[in-house]
Amino acid sequence: MPAVSMTVNGKPVSGEVEARTLLVQFLRENLRLTGTHVGCDTSQCGACVVHIDGIATKSCTTLALQCEGAEVMTIEGLAAEDGTLHPMQEAFRQNHGLQCGFCTPGMIMSALDIVRRNGHELDEHTIREQLDGNICRCTGYHNIVKSIAAGAKAMAAGGEQGASLRAAE
Amino acid sequence: MNATGIGAAVRRKEDIRFITGKGQYTDDVIRPGETRAVFVRSPHARAKIKSVDVSEAKRMPGVVDVLTGAQLAADKIGSLICGWMIHSKDGSPMKMAPHPALAADTVNHVGDAVAVVIGETLGQARDAAEKVRVDYEVLPSVTDPAKAKSGPQIHEIAPKNTIYEWSLGDAKAVEAAFASAKHVTTLDIVNNRLVPNAIEPRAALAEYDSGTDHLTLWNTSQNPHVARLVIAAFVGIAPEHKLRVIAPDVGGGFGSKIFIYPEEVVCLWAARKVRRPVKWTADRSESFLTDAHGRDHVTKAEVALDEHGKILALRAHTVANLGAYMSTFSSSVPTYLYATLLSGQYDIPQIYCEVDAVYTNTAPVDAYRGAGRPEAAFVVERLVEVAAREMGIDPADLRKRNFIKSFPHQTPVIMSYDAGDYHASLKKAMELADVKGFNKRKREAARHGKLRGLGYSAYIEACGIAPSQAVGSLGAGVGLWESAEVRVNPTGSVEVLTGTHAHGQGHETTFAQLVSERLGIPFENVSIVHGDTDKVQFGMGTYGSRSGAVGMSAIVKALDKVEAKAKKVAAHMMEAAEGDIEFKDGKFTVAGTDKSAAWGDVALNAYIAHKFSGQELEPGLKETSFYDPTNFTFPAGCHICEVEIDVDTGKTDIVNWTAVDDFGTVINPMIVEGQVHGGIAQGVGQALLEGAVYDKDGQLVTGSLMDYTMPRAHDLPSFKVETTETRAPSNPLGIKGCGEAGAIAAPAAVINAITDAIGTESLAMPATANTVWSALQRAKPRAAA
Repeated sequence: MPAVSMTVNGKPVSGEVEARTLLVQFLRENLRLTGTHVGCDTSQCGACVVHIDGIATKSCTTLALQCEGAEVMTIEGLAAEDGTLHPMQEAFRQNHGLQCGFCTPGMIMSALDIVRRNGHELDEHTIREQLDGNICRCTGYHNIVKSIAAGAKAMAAGGEQGASLRAAE
Repeated sequence: MNATGIGAAVRRKEDIRFITGKGQYTDDVIRPGETRAVFVRSPHARAKIKSVDVSEAKRMPGVVDVLTGAQLAADKIGSLICGWMIHSKDGSPMKMAPHPALAADTVNHVGDAVAVVIGETLGQARDAAEKVRVDYEVLPSVTDPAKAKSGPQIHEIAPKNTIYEWSLGDAKAVEAAFASAKHVTTLDIVNNRLVPNAIEPRAALAEYDSGTDHLTLWNTSQNPHVARLVIAAFVGIAPEHKLRVIAPDVGGGFGSKIFIYPEEVVCLWAARKVRRPVKWTADRSESFLTDAHGRDHVTKAEVALDEHGKILALRAHTVANLGAYMSTFSSSVPTYLYATLLSGQYDIPQIYCEVDAVYTNTAPVDAYRGAGRPEAAFVVERLVEVAAREMGIDPADLRKRNFIKSFPHQTPVIMSYDAGDYHASLKKAMELADVKGFNKRKREAARHGKLRGLGYSAYIEACGIAPSQAVGSLGAGVGLWESAEVRVNPTGSVEVLTGTHAHGQGHETTFAQLVSERLGIPFENVSIVHGDTDKVQFGMGTYGSRSGAVGMSAIVKALDKVEAKAKKVAAHMMEAAEGDIEFKDGKFTVAGTDKSAAWGDVALNAYIAHKFSGQELEPGLKETSFYDPTNFTFPAGCHICEVEIDVDTGKTDIVNWTAVDDFGTVINPMIVEGQVHGGIAQGVGQALLEGAVYDKDGQLVTGSLMDYTMPRAHDLPSFKVETTETRAPSNPLGIKGCGEAGAIAAPAAVINAITDAIGTESLAMPATANTVWSALQRAKPRAAA
């Protein structure tokens, strides 16, 4: 089986995988990083969104082998080592931006990409349009939209994590 | 108010694990030596299985075993069942056909499982599943419920594919009322078929311990004890005391994870056969084909009114599609959860409803968020709205003329409403929605080439499911009480074990709020345990907006017992009479003295038992309760939807949404609002976007998220959500329940708004741009008043 090496949440990892192995399978099964979820089989729901070299990507539609040498960030890599939450994570919690939690990792990873592409002052329309690739069945999006707007602002205000994420970009 | 007590918008305990990727959903659980199951499913809507050849599949790399329906039958694994008996008008019992977990003789819908491949890896099992050769003789099929009775007979037990022909109410009295009516409004209604689509697909992981002969099942379940009971008592995989069912974090349910499905049965059976853990996780295509779908009613409904717009009677005839097999609670949904709500919020002297439940060659249909009540609310709220328009009466005014004003109110369809104030919710909603300013907004929209419409939905639901004796008399095979166990530890911290199950509802937070308030202890010192039959004594699970009204009431009862016992311990500690002990804010005091004992000291003394003899008082501080409600609860409210429609494209934009709901006591307003938001989104999805479509050959045309339109963020507005409050008198906290309200209220509000804008009442759901545009071509939009 082919070998693959990449950096996941700042740590170098490698493994042997079948050529057809998807990145999400590699993360969940080889690395046991089960925070990244699979909610569909047509790249529609966005529960599997991770960052590859800083760009939000659906890991259910990416082969593990495509990520050779890449920097991959998953939901598990967002909070600080001491457990301090990333401002976007904190915003989801403060604004009740999640219910069952299954779509949440993908929502948060997509939210960070929305901030990267659109800046920190996000209006409701922009957030709703830009969330097109993520489906939530629980919240009706109302509080997710609020969470993302608040999280984007908090990142600008500069939590340590927000600053380091911007630096990484 | 206690900052973490009842009524506080406490941030959720469960969030930390979910926002950091540390949730533990069934597919995240990994057992040593785990294998993966892949099902071989029927590509045909109906066919005879002539042969199943697994020889090539078995030779494929990494294949542990391939099992078929014939082997399942040979092992005498029983059929899945429907647990609610409905009798037809003629007294005959419903026609429940066998539902084997793997089909051996015939398949009855696309996706019906025929065989299972157990492989070392998912990829290997999938490859091998492709090599299972099933020889089918394709048979004619029927998928449209309206044609089911004349279609090919699916099950031997059910001529004309009819499961039951049931009725409720007094047909003759209704007939007489219609004969005397000044005005009759008639509607033909299709309540569109929906796919629940919880974002976590269903999953099952079964493990067999040959040393103890115990089986463990991790399962995406809303009610693990019920799953264990059915699997033990009816399917017969293992006796109840040797089967543990764990429902860990579950990623949304909406009803679809109440039911006992073939896949968990097969995983348990296979795990014992191959002596290794067996895991199955649905891919989304399987979810579409095999999760129980919702709704799918074809209804003719009529309302009769006098010259003043007073409703005299209502009648409905509904054909309910239950799919290819009767799912766990399917029979109750179009009967006792539907026809019993046809009185809405109105004083209607006579109601009669007939329901014909039919088999078709489609996935089974069962409870989906609201379950029967959205269908009822849609019938009532469309009839009332259209009657008002036809009679030239303001729709809000016609509602007011007919509202039930005094309680208790016995409807002609079983329910006894015990509390409510329908004027209050309508009035508040009209103010918040600025109904007065609507005509101005409509004229303004017209200047931009848009049609603007406003629609009401003054819904009611029956929740807090349910008084056991009552549902037993209606055919339920189980009681619908709930249990709680409150364990006070020697250090004073508390664990509450509940038979309800949370899959997004935030029980770990709201239940802890109740305990914090009641015992005066920090919120952080309370843990809620649920979803494991080895830990929780028993429970009926979570559905029907029951966890607050029934589940928390059980906790209250257990807390009552804890307090009573703790007072006895405190009396011994302070050498006082038990009757003199007072408990407030986490402190026990002796009345009229300065003697006191802190909560933690009393807890410790209950366990060390140094201050009393074991003969007069048992050591320990742990109490249980089984709470059976005395009535359903009746959440109700008014939602107002305002839409703008593009005349050229038919695209509908929801521009304002106002919800005013009466849920009785609210424990955590933040969580309650979130439940309302999600419910509205599902209701708007039904009204505008979602619809499961089978073609004439029984293929599910809308079988993926690319074909079945789920609401996305840009399809929805922000919502104005407020509450009014009349306490539910039937439970100690006064809770009515909030989980389903949005999904029940929303569809009628949307369709009433669109039809108001476009000026025709003939509009199918989902009201897509194409549907609305087509309707516009034959309609004359109403001008602003």
